[in-house]
Amino acid sequence: MAGPLLTWAFLSRLGPWPHWLFPDPLAVGRSFATVLSDGRLPAAVARSLGRMVQGYGLSLAIGVPLGIAMARSAVVNASLRPLVLGLQALPSICWLPLAILWFGLSEGAILFVVVMGSLLAIAIAAEDAVAGVDPVLLRAAGTLGIRGLRFHLGVLLPAALPGVLTGAKLGWSFAWRALMAGELLFVAGGLGQLLQAGRETLDASLVMAVMVAIVVVGVAVDQGLFRMLELRVRRRWGLVEAPA
Amino acid sequence: MGDGGELLVPRRKRRGRPKIDVRQVGHRFQQLVALHDVNIEVHAGEFVCLLGPSGCGKTTLLYALAGLVEPSGGRISVDGVEVKGPGPERLLVFQEPALFPWLTVRQNLLFPLRARGFSREEAEGRARALIPLVHLEGFVDALPHQLSGGMRMRVQLGRALALDPAVLLMDEPFAALDAQTRSHMHQLLTRIWLRDRKTVVFVTHDVHEALVLGDRVVVMAARPGRVLQDLEVRLARPRDPDDEALVEMARRIRDELRRAEEAGAPAPDAERERREREEGNEHERVAPQDDRRGGSTPDLGVPL
Repeated sequence: MAGPLLTWAFLSRLGPWPHWLFPDPLAVGRSFATVLSDGRLPAAVARSLGRMVQGYGLSLAIGVPLGIAMARSAVVNASLRPLVLGLQALPSICWLPLAILWFGLSEGAILFVVVMGSLLAIAIAAEDAVAGVDPVLLRAAGTLGIRGLRFHLGVLLPAALPGVLTGAKLGWSFAWRALMAGELLFVAGGLGQLLQAGRETLDASLVMAVMVAIVVVGVAVDQGLFRMLELRVRRRWGLVEAPA
Repeated sequence: MGDGGELLVPRRKRRGRPKIDVRQVGHRFQQLVALHDVNIEVHAGEFVCLLGPSGCGKTTLLYALAGLVEPSGGRISVDGVEVKGPGPERLLVFQEPALFPWLTVRQNLLFPLRARGFSREEAEGRARALIPLVHLEGFVDALPHQLSGGMRMRVQLGRALALDPAVLLMDEPFAALDAQTRSHMHQLLTRIWLRDRKTVVFVTHDVHEALVLGDRVVVMAARPGRVLQDLEVRLARPRDPDDEALVEMARRIRDELRRAEEAGAPAPDAERERREREEGNEHERVAPQDDRRGGSTPDLGVPL
């Protein structure tokens, strides 16, 4: 960490560019402390995470059942899989113009972009996971008379959970990127907006401070929440040796 | 004919309605004839082993009994009702432990009971009663991956018994276990069977295992999958796997299986003749198996 920081500090002082456009780490740290203490950063993080809870939550709620349906029903698979795979190739920000036409410059437009950015990855991973469930478990459920909702929630979903979780983690990072892109484009609060505020006030150190915050939140959720969840599931499922 | 001859005899037809009735069942996978004209009756409380080499259709037949495979011809009925799919009175036990890996031993027993609509108290009661029967005291809160292969198999057996099915269908359940564990499982299964007298259909390719466990051994051959002989094993239980008579019986059945393998399928002429006769009789569907025991079916050399 020290090496890159020192290089950064050197470049910022010695480069041919104006110092205010390429502030050194200390200036960025000061900006970070300022927005943290005046409450702008916590408010923006809270706003962005609130949107993630809604948008990403919606993605999970639609994507996982969609993936299960694609894996279990030939009709759903034949009709939706090409569409899902095709749309997956579309960068999430490309949904924004359509979102603004449909929902206006509103909360709804941002949520739409977040959902479209993460839904398909979640659905595809869930489909893979369900299709890969050990057929012996399905036969066992059949002979034991486990059917209907109990089968889907009690057998299929837990059996596919390790793979579903991997998809959920990927979906989270997609959703986070889509959200930042959406928040950049109009005044809506959140971290993207704070980033934009930095640009408008020619405050490069604020821009960089917010970029650091975006990375920190993204990594914290990815490594903290998802890593821990994945590890716990893999241990319980017996997919890794639990430490003795 | 020595002692073995009297202890291993062709099955005599029993009176009364059989619990499981397999009549003229045939099954094809595209060109392959997996089962050809199979007729088997199993009475309530019998322990029947389906014995044969791989490809003889024994597993297909078991899955047809379970209702997971629909045979392309013939009829299978349980208590006079035609099998149309899985049913609560028939339970399949797999070669793999097939446990739910995210549930503890206790939860693995409880979950199917709850799914079948038992109250929490009833389910807990049944699980508690079964744990000692399958020797899992002290492991109720363990996860499947923390158990040995034999223990996992005992959990699966316990899970099946907890549902108290009238018929247990077992698909080479001990084939993946080491010899000593397998022998323990034989003792355990025999003890449980002597206690409950459930109807058991047990698929195996191990002659010795079939003779240690079964009241009857239905010997099958491959290409096409068919029944060679239906034998009664008249040895008292619990059986000693090293019993001389048993070892001798195993040797004879093995010889017979080898001879069937070398002889191959029934001659094409006899085959066609019989098919023509069958087609003529399509509506009557009689022709019990004993009537057509001809030269093409190897004889086991036991008194008929």
